[in-house]
Amino acid sequence: MTETNGHANGQSNGHPQGFVGTRQIRPDGVDKVTGRARFGADFNLPGQLIGRVLRSPHAHARIVSIDTSKAEALPGVKAVITREDFADQPSEFIPAGEMMMNYKDVVRNVMAREKALYEGHAVAAVAATSTAIARRALKLIDVKYEVLPHVIDVVEAMRPDAPLLHDDLFTVGVEPKPEKPSNIAKRVEIKVGDVEAGFKKADLIVEREFKTAPVHQGYIEPHAALATVSEDGSTELWTTTQGHFIVRAHCARLLGLDMGKVRVTATEIGGGFGGKTVVYLEPLAIALSRKAKRPVKMVMSREEVFKASGPTSGATVRVKLGATRDGKFVAAFAELKYQAGAFQGSPVQPGTMCAYAPYDIEHVHVIGYDVVSNRPKVAAYRAPGAPISEYAVESVVDEIAKKLGLDPIELRMMNAAHEGTKAAYGPKFGPIGLEETLNSIKKTEHWNTPLRKWQGRGVASGFWFNIGGETSVSLTVNEDGTISLMAGTPDIGGLRAALTSVVADELGVPYEKVRPIIGDTGSLGFNFLTGGSRSAFSGSMAIVEAAKQIKNELIARACKLWEAKPDQVEFKDGAVRPLGALAEKVKPMTIAEFAKISGKLGGPIGGVGRINAQGAGPSFGTHLVDLEVDPETGRTTILRYTVAQDAGRALHPAYVEGQFQGGAVQGIGWALNEEYIYGEDGKLQNAGFLDYRMPVASDVPMIDAILVEVGNPKHPYGVRGVGETPIVPPLGAIANAMESATGIRFTELPMSPPKVLKALKEQGRNKA
Amino acid sequence: MAKHHIEATVNGDAVEFLCETEETLLDVLRDTLNLTGSKEGCASGDCGACSVMLDGRLVCSCLVLGCEVSGRKVETIEGMAKGESLHPLQQQFLKSAALQCGICTPGVLVASKALLERSPNPTETEVRYWLAGNLCRCTGYDKIVSAVMDAAATMRKG
Amino acid sequence: MRYEAPESLEGAVALLASAKDARVLAGGTDLLVQMRADVLDPELIVDIKKIPETRAVTEEKGGWRIGAAVTGAELKEHPRLKKVWPGVIEAANLIGSTQVQGRATMGGNLCNGSPAADSVPALIAAGAVATLVGPKGKRDLPVEDVMLGPRKLALERGEIVASFFLPPRPARSSDAYLRFIPRTEMDIAVVGAGVSLTVDGAGIVTAARVSLGAVAARVLLVAEAAQAIVGSRLDAAAQDRLEAAARAVCRPIDDKRGTTEFRIQVAGVLARRAALIALDRARSN
Repeated sequence: MTETNGHANGQSNGHPQGFVGTRQIRPDGVDKVTGRARFGADFNLPGQLIGRVLRSPHAHARIVSIDTSKAEALPGVKAVITREDFADQPSEFIPAGEMMMNYKDVVRNVMAREKALYEGHAVAAVAATSTAIARRALKLIDVKYEVLPHVIDVVEAMRPDAPLLHDDLFTVGVEPKPEKPSNIAKRVEIKVGDVEAGFKKADLIVEREFKTAPVHQGYIEPHAALATVSEDGSTELWTTTQGHFIVRAHCARLLGLDMGKVRVTATEIGGGFGGKTVVYLEPLAIALSRKAKRPVKMVMSREEVFKASGPTSGATVRVKLGATRDGKFVAAFAELKYQAGAFQGSPVQPGTMCAYAPYDIEHVHVIGYDVVSNRPKVAAYRAPGAPISEYAVESVVDEIAKKLGLDPIELRMMNAAHEGTKAAYGPKFGPIGLEETLNSIKKTEHWNTPLRKWQGRGVASGFWFNIGGETSVSLTVNEDGTISLMAGTPDIGGLRAALTSVVADELGVPYEKVRPIIGDTGSLGFNFLTGGSRSAFSGSMAIVEAAKQIKNELIARACKLWEAKPDQVEFKDGAVRPLGALAEKVKPMTIAEFAKISGKLGGPIGGVGRINAQGAGPSFGTHLVDLEVDPETGRTTILRYTVAQDAGRALHPAYVEGQFQGGAVQGIGWALNEEYIYGEDGKLQNAGFLDYRMPVASDVPMIDAILVEVGNPKHPYGVRGVGETPIVPPLGAIANAMESATGIRFTELPMSPPKVLKALKEQGRNKA
Repeated sequence: MAKHHIEATVNGDAVEFLCETEETLLDVLRDTLNLTGSKEGCASGDCGACSVMLDGRLVCSCLVLGCEVSGRKVETIEGMAKGESLHPLQQQFLKSAALQCGICTPGVLVASKALLERSPNPTETEVRYWLAGNLCRCTGYDKIVSAVMDAAATMRKG
Repeated sequence: MRYEAPESLEGAVALLASAKDARVLAGGTDLLVQMRADVLDPELIVDIKKIPETRAVTEEKGGWRIGAAVTGAELKEHPRLKKVWPGVIEAANLIGSTQVQGRATMGGNLCNGSPAADSVPALIAAGAVATLVGPKGKRDLPVEDVMLGPRKLALERGEIVASFFLPPRPARSSDAYLRFIPRTEMDIAVVGAGVSLTVDGAGIVTAARVSLGAVAARVLLVAEAAQAIVGSRLDAAAQDRLEAAARAVCRPIDDKRGTTEFRIQVAGVLARRAALIALDRARSN
């Protein structure tokens, strides 16, 4: 069930509305429902070898020596690689999605060098003629480890006497600069006004500390790569990735190749959520193929995905929020401590920036710490950093509402950021839809339905900045008038459908006459990866550019043909049309008619959009959830869930709703049951779908999606990215609903049954 | 060690293949028979992406050995559409946008077809519990469940 | 690795005795997972599904004989078993997913040797007896005596579980199985409780068996819990006694699926709830 909530700021920014905003069948859909679509592990090359990785069994160990001789001697083994096969990289920070990474760290994460820094860290890899032989070969590699004490918890890792991961890591962002290395990579801070003065004005101050565990993006498709390297160094790579141009850049850098010689094809991708914005298998597959002189295919097992890809941070967050008795927030403080994993680069910076972003508060001070520890290096996970900080803030907002006797939606409305608000992290907001989402929720039947005993209701808001970024698309008019669109950002969840509608409307042609593909790195200019909720926003913007070129070219050709001046013609509804008196002399000519004689009029017709998309507008969302707790067992059932989020303009409403619903359910899992469970030995105990408990179909109800559309004036169609915001409010909303159901504020996630039952039992309330 | 020589029926066609003892039906389908529509998400029977029908029974192909299907009938996602016509479930999934990345979709479709063959008029709860073994991380299950129920209604009309 | 699919029990027994490390394959839902995880690397796999005795469901002496390799889905589809033993059937159909239930068997569930197995508490509460066949011949063993500890079975070398016998049911009898899992499906039981009971015309419990899973090194038959409710109408006081008796025998571990204190607490709750469901079913029988 969905509703669409009006348009603010100009309906479609002057653009024709035909297919945009409607629910077309996605062009890649038939292949996906028939099993024809080829994902990462579905590609094969004749003569390919199977590659497998040897991984550290220790959470922290010095790698003393690696003897691969027995493995190399095993019949069927064609190549073995170790740290010796990768040149060291100097320290250099590069953007990876919405986070930063350092090549010195990247090369060490891809293949351990001095130390194994987490259980599962790659130590060596082999390529062999069969999986069975490859697995046997791994067992023949003799690695001598000097096991070291390990540390995983972020607070433990910050202690001065904690086991040290990197002896060259000195905290950045503290004065004076530390003399001794530590596990604290960075301290970040945003500060507006004077919180101490602000707190003095507060009638009520709530201060709480929260803890979350690491969680995984949980994509159903494991990482997979297929590489083939020729004798002249030309490399072809098929990989399941959110950013094949980024993969090319990383592999070229790590393996000393010219980018032009590396052609990367992004296969269909079976989920990413940020976890496929970095490289794991790709450099290994290329290095093995180069050595073996045969194609090498590598696929991670599910266990490897959990142990050796990039689950997000576990964290400790302290929040202190002060309000007047009328509910006006006057001062806001937070201290965030995020795990980065084995190498620096947690999303603590965006976490810091998002913490109070939904609110207009005069005094704000947020401090964040990026801390390394012996677990896999964090990769982005959908609005990285924000779900954690906003869980803490939204919980405290809810507590303030309860203590002041105010309606939680009214309290948020009173403090809501709106157009013109200067966010604590810097920019002034243009038109935004937070208030609209709050109002939408308030008007729902859901909000007004009575609850029974042991049932609770919670609401929370959230936000993500969204980004634009470098984007290249190519539009070609084929000789029969059909249109080929080549985009360069992998399609994770319906992008091609949205972009096809835009092309169809821009050029005034039927939807079915447009065929989109995702081009490889050899076919298009640079595209930043699919992340930051940018692909529909930027792709559509680039298409408008490319379409403009085609339209201008057709107008020029018409003018030549009709001996007319540009002000005597216009492009409209798929044709160049004569205006005024000229209309009595000539008939309109469609794109297809021009295409048929394109050779005679100057050559092939096409356009290229190469932009660095700016003007991404933030997307605000508000979630409402009802749940019921079984007081005798602590088990929680989600009864009802509603999402209201601002999409600016929904290019394809069904796929926008899909983002709302998917993010909400990931949030449900994160709030209730998902967590990385480590043993005392630093090994992951639940590296599989059995004990890493993601929501199944029977765990959740229908997720009602309310599409709010407050147009983004900086986008030709008013589009805002929508993919990430949906995972930001659920943690707070569910924690607030738990408080409503049980009277207990849970400050530790997940709120799994043993924790809930323990808390109820302590109060003697574990009875129906 | 000699491989097993197996004869079976896959999507109505007689097939012959060789396999090692430890190869699963999923391995055989994907690597030997080039039917890559069934996916490996976990190899432990916890995600359902490898779902197929074995003698009319919904199973995880990663939990069946290749040599166990000797003389048996296997149906995969590749056999769901008949010629150029998609099965009503496939059509409804497209109409309802019941897929995002699409990796779980083959397994979900095979499982849903098995449900509707047994239970042509399932409740929402029945659909959810039947599909509990098919993990989806993208959709939150909402549109999948709606699509199955809408397809069921279409199929009941005949 | 060899694979054989004998067509007789004697054939299976001979094969199992012939190899140092041979494993029985029924549904494969545990074996294949353990092989893929490198936990097991058998030299011989003996597929018992072609052996008629392991696949048959027949009435015998007023009771039911269920082959060890009958799948949960087949049990659910049997026209009459559900009415007589709803607890056993629902337990077998809680294992894993629909797909897993299409293959998983009670024989495999028991012989995998996990104290958290779903069908075992229901079988024990039912008073089921396992018929074993081995090199020395045939013998019967109550199900509660088959699993001695995690991965430790009372089976001798070369012995397999061929079938289960569920005893004849007096009138006004029924059973129920409940488990605690954090999600709604797909988890291994954190606690499992099977209760089978008989009531008389006045609503008094005349016989009962209570079994708890995942709360000790083996699946427990809890005589004290049964005694707590026999002779009662399962009134509030009897329920309290049942809960206390259930909790008293728990010696659970603390692991990624549940803490010790959680399992003990919930064991009592589930025993009570399962007993009430069994009572409700029994009254309508």
